[in-house]
Amino acid sequence: MAAELILRDLTKVFSGKGEQVVAVDKMNLQVSEGQLVTLLGPSGCGKTTTLRMIGGLEIPTQGEISLDQKTITYLPPQRRDTATVFQSYGLFPHMSIFENVAFGLKVRRRPRKEIRERVLETLSLVGLTGLEKRSPNHLSGGQQQRVALARALVIEPKVLLFDEPLSNLDAKLRVETREHIRRIQRSLHITSIYVTHDQAEAMSISDQVAVMNGGLLQQIGPPYEIYAHPANRFVADFIGRANFLKADIVGGSRDRLEIRLIGNVELNIPATPGVSPGDRVVAVVRPEAVDVLPNAEEGDMTATVILAHYTGSLATYKLSLPGDEAIEVEVMNPQEKGFLPEGTAVGVRFHRQSVHLLRE
Amino acid sequence: MWQYRLREVKHLLHNRSLLLIVLVILAFLVLFVIFPLIKVLQNGVFYNGKFVPQYFLQFFSGQRYVIRPFFNSLLVAALVAVTSTLIGFIFAYATTRTDIPCKRFFRLIATVPIVSPPFIMALAAILLLGRQGMVTAFIQRTLGFSWNIYGLPGLILTETFAFFPMAFLILEGVLSGIAPSLEESALDMGASKLRTFLRVTLPLATPGIAGALLLTLTRSLEDFGDPIIIQGRFPVLTTQIYLAITGMYNIPLGATLAIILLVPTVLAFVLQRYWLSRKSYITVTGKPSSSALVRVSPWAKWSLFSVVSLFSFVIIVFYAVVILGSFTKLWGIDNTFTLEHYRYAFTVGTRYLVDSLELAAIATAIGGVLGLMIAYVVTSKRLIGRGLIDFLSMINFAVPGIVIGIGYIFAFNTPPIVLTGTAMIIILVFLSQRTPAVVRDGVAMLQQLDPVIDEAAADLGAGFFRTFGRVILPLTAPALVAGMAYMFAACITSISAVIMVVSAHWYLITVQLLAAVDIGALSVAAVYGVLILMSVMGAIILMDVVISRILLRRTYHGR
Repeated sequence: MAAELILRDLTKVFSGKGEQVVAVDKMNLQVSEGQLVTLLGPSGCGKTTTLRMIGGLEIPTQGEISLDQKTITYLPPQRRDTATVFQSYGLFPHMSIFENVAFGLKVRRRPRKEIRERVLETLSLVGLTGLEKRSPNHLSGGQQQRVALARALVIEPKVLLFDEPLSNLDAKLRVETREHIRRIQRSLHITSIYVTHDQAEAMSISDQVAVMNGGLLQQIGPPYEIYAHPANRFVADFIGRANFLKADIVGGSRDRLEIRLIGNVELNIPATPGVSPGDRVVAVVRPEAVDVLPNAEEGDMTATVILAHYTGSLATYKLSLPGDEAIEVEVMNPQEKGFLPEGTAVGVRFHRQSVHLLRE
Repeated sequence: MWQYRLREVKHLLHNRSLLLIVLVILAFLVLFVIFPLIKVLQNGVFYNGKFVPQYFLQFFSGQRYVIRPFFNSLLVAALVAVTSTLIGFIFAYATTRTDIPCKRFFRLIATVPIVSPPFIMALAAILLLGRQGMVTAFIQRTLGFSWNIYGLPGLILTETFAFFPMAFLILEGVLSGIAPSLEESALDMGASKLRTFLRVTLPLATPGIAGALLLTLTRSLEDFGDPIIIQGRFPVLTTQIYLAITGMYNIPLGATLAIILLVPTVLAFVLQRYWLSRKSYITVTGKPSSSALVRVSPWAKWSLFSVVSLFSFVIIVFYAVVILGSFTKLWGIDNTFTLEHYRYAFTVGTRYLVDSLELAAIATAIGGVLGLMIAYVVTSKRLIGRGLIDFLSMINFAVPGIVIGIGYIFAFNTPPIVLTGTAMIIILVFLSQRTPAVVRDGVAMLQQLDPVIDEAAADLGAGFFRTFGRVILPLTAPALVAGMAYMFAACITSISAVIMVVSAHWYLITVQLLAAVDIGALSVAAVYGVLILMSVMGAIILMDVVISRILLRRTYHGR
């Protein structure tokens, strides 16, 4: 039942009162069978609008959507083989849990016996056995969320759409539920689009993460790629934390590059595609990819601690570098390495493997 | 932009059930709302296929019999708007800003006339102050001169009582929406109570007052039941339209007067809807606190109490007189108790009551569903043409009943669609006149509903009919039943539009009441009035039972 979903130049412009807002701008995306792709971005980036266009709840201004090589751009929601788990769940308040889950099957005129079997089966899959006679209003938020999931799963859609499904749950339940969702999605092998603004959620459950900003798709790739090789400054900054240092490429071979940072510090790092010797670039340095050395004479350069935070498992420092730049650094297990007070002069060493270059 | 429109069209074409319903709604609106109106306009300026606007020429050259009803209507409407808004304001101020006793009672008295037919007031006025009226006779005996209420004074009196409740409801909402803290800070800064009222309360209530003035003005302009009973030698537009068509068979004159009536009513409606709705000073601060009871001086409090009591007393007397009149042998002459009129009414008049109840029930059943469907379409986000449907469905809010009535005569007396004399035409008149109110209520209901619920139904595969029947209807049922009860009441008490389309086969009790008044059988008219009032009360009690005992029990609690 899984299927391939393709978005071609998908665009949505909202217009009202003489104002036009481009919510989604020429979005291209290919989701292969059985994959879970997350649309990740800050609020207002167009991720939910994209999802609603896939579900048929919003009419695209331009572009096409196809599912299994068939164009579905003009079909109303009820004629698309998609099912959505809504952010506010959208459970029918006048129906019991059983009736809620059975709704999609009744619409499809399945025999009574089959409806009963499949509803009970799906309720047990999401762990709600025994609650079928309850009203949605008598369930906790987490249980309502699972009813919404069961209601979408039971009709065996070709594509499952999740619209920030966990945003109304508390932090601990969020982690449990997202793992649960991922387990079910994998075992049923359903192509899924998952919208969230929570990067940890996106990184932990996705096959592919599509980062969006201002209606534009910034980058798509597996979580590891997105983090290690961000395509631009926005992605680097939005996913995890990043320090940006000005650098010049001064030389290099096919797979290594020589860069020069401020203070004439030169580093030999793995090559990033798309940049070559002579370019002015920005080096992305993750806070955990820097060593702080107690001896100021060691390492690549000398720095001064200007802010120091201690959180137990981590020590977070802000260091001022020569040439008016500053970086944030995280040091694991400060018990062993010692906590350095503000004002200390330290040595800094960059992990060569982890430095990533962006075009200026 | 046109490319996007094309996409919207493609979407609708793929959504067959919704497309069907959109087409049905459009067909209904075009055939039974727009077409009759076009016929009115056409008959006003064309004669035998030629452009002959003779009565307009007479109107502009000041011909008395065309221009007099126009100015009479405007005069009555202006006076009634002022008096009923004033009384409505007094009631609203007394119930929201003072701690007078019996507030709930006054509130009830001020809202009852909304569901009762306006012409009950005219009937009562005639029983008291007409030629054989109780008070008229008393004046004659003690003061020795004869005077009666017919004409301008009667119109002002009865329409004021009939329409002040609308002003009351608007102003009550506006006054309780004004944050009492504003008035309190004025008082704290040393302004006197009178000054606070004049410089703070009154200006803040101005948009509401303007709205109440416009609404009562429109109601008076459109009113047919009261003037036909009590106008005497003071003709107004609605009655002259009726007489032109049914008495003189002068279609161009009737149509011309109808167009002339349309001008101020449509203007008032547009002003109210598009201009006033944007000029609200209501300060949204949640519910009014108990300190909304601004410190009113005892003097002001008790004068308000007396005024409100006096009006309530008169209203009660008016209703009581109608009931009394129905049990009186020959009103004003032989005041002995009798059940004779009831016996007569039940032998002769039962079928009028049955016709009225039956046709109103059918119209209400259709109107409730149709109105909610239109409301659903109008509030659907992804639907092309919803703006057009919204506009078309609201038109008859602005069109006076008598104009709808003659429009139906012009439109459905001749092929292609002949409906004259059928039950269908009465039902359609009820629908075209009363569905807009259901639509407006329906839109308000649907806006309360989380849009995700509707989206979820479609997303799970439900087409229009299933979403509507299994999700929208059950969730809005309590409010819809209330809306339908009011529609039923409005149909039962309806007169202005349906008087044009009743026939020997299908007759209505309201029309029969007017006929009884016409031949001077006031007691029989009073019996019909009592029956109408009882039907309305029955509908509202039934609604209450259905909502509280059935609907609210069945649905799950605490949505």
